[in-house]
Amino acid sequence: MSRSREGFKGGGRRRGRGERAMVPDAEFSSYYGRPILKKPTWKLLDVGGYLFLGGLAGASSLLAAGAQLTARPALGRTAKVGAAGAISLSLAALVHDLGRPERFLNMLRVIKPTSPLNLGSWLLAGYAPLTMAAAAADVAGRYRTAGAAATGCAAALGPAVATYTAVLLADTAVPSWHAGHRELPFVFAGSGATAAAGWALLTAPVDEAGPARRMAVLGAVLEVGAFRLMTGRMGLVAEPYEEGRPRTLLRTAEVLTAGGAALAACAGRRGRALAAVAGTALLAGSACLRLGVFRAGVASAEDPKYTVVPQRERLEAAG
Amino acid sequence: MTDDIARAAGHTDPPPRMGFFTDTSVCIGCKACEVACKEWNAVPEDGLDLTGMSYDNTQGLGASTWRHVAFIEQTAPPAGHENVDVFDAARGLSASDTPGELRWLMSSDVCKHCTHAACLDVCPTGSLFRTEFGTVVVQEDICNGCGYCVPACPYGVIDQRPGDGRAWKCTLCYDRLGEGMEPACAKACPTDSIQFGPLDELRERAAGRVAQLHAAGTVDARLYGEDPGDGVGGDGAFFLLLDQPEVYGLPPDPVVTTRDLPAMWRHAAAAGASLAALAVASFVRRSR
Repeated sequence: MSRSREGFKGGGRRRGRGERAMVPDAEFSSYYGRPILKKPTWKLLDVGGYLFLGGLAGASSLLAAGAQLTARPALGRTAKVGAAGAISLSLAALVHDLGRPERFLNMLRVIKPTSPLNLGSWLLAGYAPLTMAAAAADVAGRYRTAGAAATGCAAALGPAVATYTAVLLADTAVPSWHAGHRELPFVFAGSGATAAAGWALLTAPVDEAGPARRMAVLGAVLEVGAFRLMTGRMGLVAEPYEEGRPRTLLRTAEVLTAGGAALAACAGRRGRALAAVAGTALLAGSACLRLGVFRAGVASAEDPKYTVVPQRERLEAAG
Repeated sequence: MTDDIARAAGHTDPPPRMGFFTDTSVCIGCKACEVACKEWNAVPEDGLDLTGMSYDNTQGLGASTWRHVAFIEQTAPPAGHENVDVFDAARGLSASDTPGELRWLMSSDVCKHCTHAACLDVCPTGSLFRTEFGTVVVQEDICNGCGYCVPACPYGVIDQRPGDGRAWKCTLCYDRLGEGMEPACAKACPTDSIQFGPLDELRERAAGRVAQLHAAGTVDARLYGEDPGDGVGGDGAFFLLLDQPEVYGLPPDPVVTTRDLPAMWRHAAAAGASLAALAVASFVRRSR
């Protein structure tokens, strides 16, 4: 039936037909307009923070290793401390979000490749101690070889730490997350890079922060480009990203990320103050992106349209 | 064939896969199933709202509602029939399902106990498991309330119970099955709308019932969730419906999310590699 396609292009228009209150939309059926899916029970700040801090930590570990290899001790130290601090807070947010926090260790009761949260827990169980060892060795100025090894191992795990959370979100029935399963890891990789670059710009001296400035630009290009590609390919289920609070958050994220990267590239060398402004913008942009993606997914689960219409279209396409 | 999933889950010599066939064409909306489920499983109260949704104040499945009877009042032709020629229809007035006539659809919804269960796949603790009967059950002494199963379920069945923190859903009365008894809802159903038994047998019975209804002129009768070729590998609890699934609040073509998981990991690996390359590129030119 061709009735669905045209009717949904405009988005958000369906409440306009006041006279058909009992039928939420002429173009698709639902049970009293109620959602089909259960929306995620995750708390916005806990899980938004967990996503943001994980990205910040993972990409910071890469900066830390690069700084170590290129003899930039100050950049290395802030990146190591940033990674250790961010991943600790990320773990705390994850545990705080559990319905039964005291049972957190049950995550490590099994090894389950079909569960991104299980594999992620194992990944963090390996990664978090490495970042702490790297930071502790650097700050203490002792056990340099062990510290360097920990820095290298943390950097090897960093990309996985920054991207597995995209799989975690996409591996659900939530329409606007699942439909982005190809691009979302790239969005999160870019967002992790901009966050780590932002932290480094905020905390490292200007003369060592060159790689962070370049990482800000490259990360911003990856984040914004992958995000636009994602929503451009999604069809109907891109709507939740383009309406209401998620739209505000995501537009803000884009402005902060692009602006922060541009400022870092153009003026980041001119002084700590400008670099700090750029860094703060990049950190805030990354956080806004995570919160926006989170809220868009929740919104897509709350409206039966995003569950029913794409599935109907699939059935009709299959004949 | 249908006990393969229990074998795959590590059960040696499992009994036949058990399930529900809910024939909504004979449901009278008495809600005895809801009450029996609550009583047997000691499921707590789930809010006492007046919704205005026909006779349905239960609203939907959830952590503390494991059977839910939907009520749909239709005064128009069922959705998807908007191209019906009314003059043709008027000529056949003696046939059933005359457009404009009031009809009530009632349907007792329940966990589908999917062949490929997303809740079970994504559960990080192994709390959700496949029983020897091929059903999907939460172990409440293991669940740490991570909530991952909640958005993973394509049917919106499982949920986290406020105050308790853990995830809960229908167990297909695992305790009763172990004693050779049928689940409480099926036992209480006065019209045999809820039928319990080995899944193979239920599928045969359901096919016969659809043929019978079609022969009697109820051409809208269709099975939902019985096809092992669907996106969840077929449901352990399937239905006979009289309208499109979404009218009952069911997804028309659910797919287990983990079907795409290998592709997701591949893309995440590529994204991780991009991030590493991006970091290397950031250090290539020294600007000191």
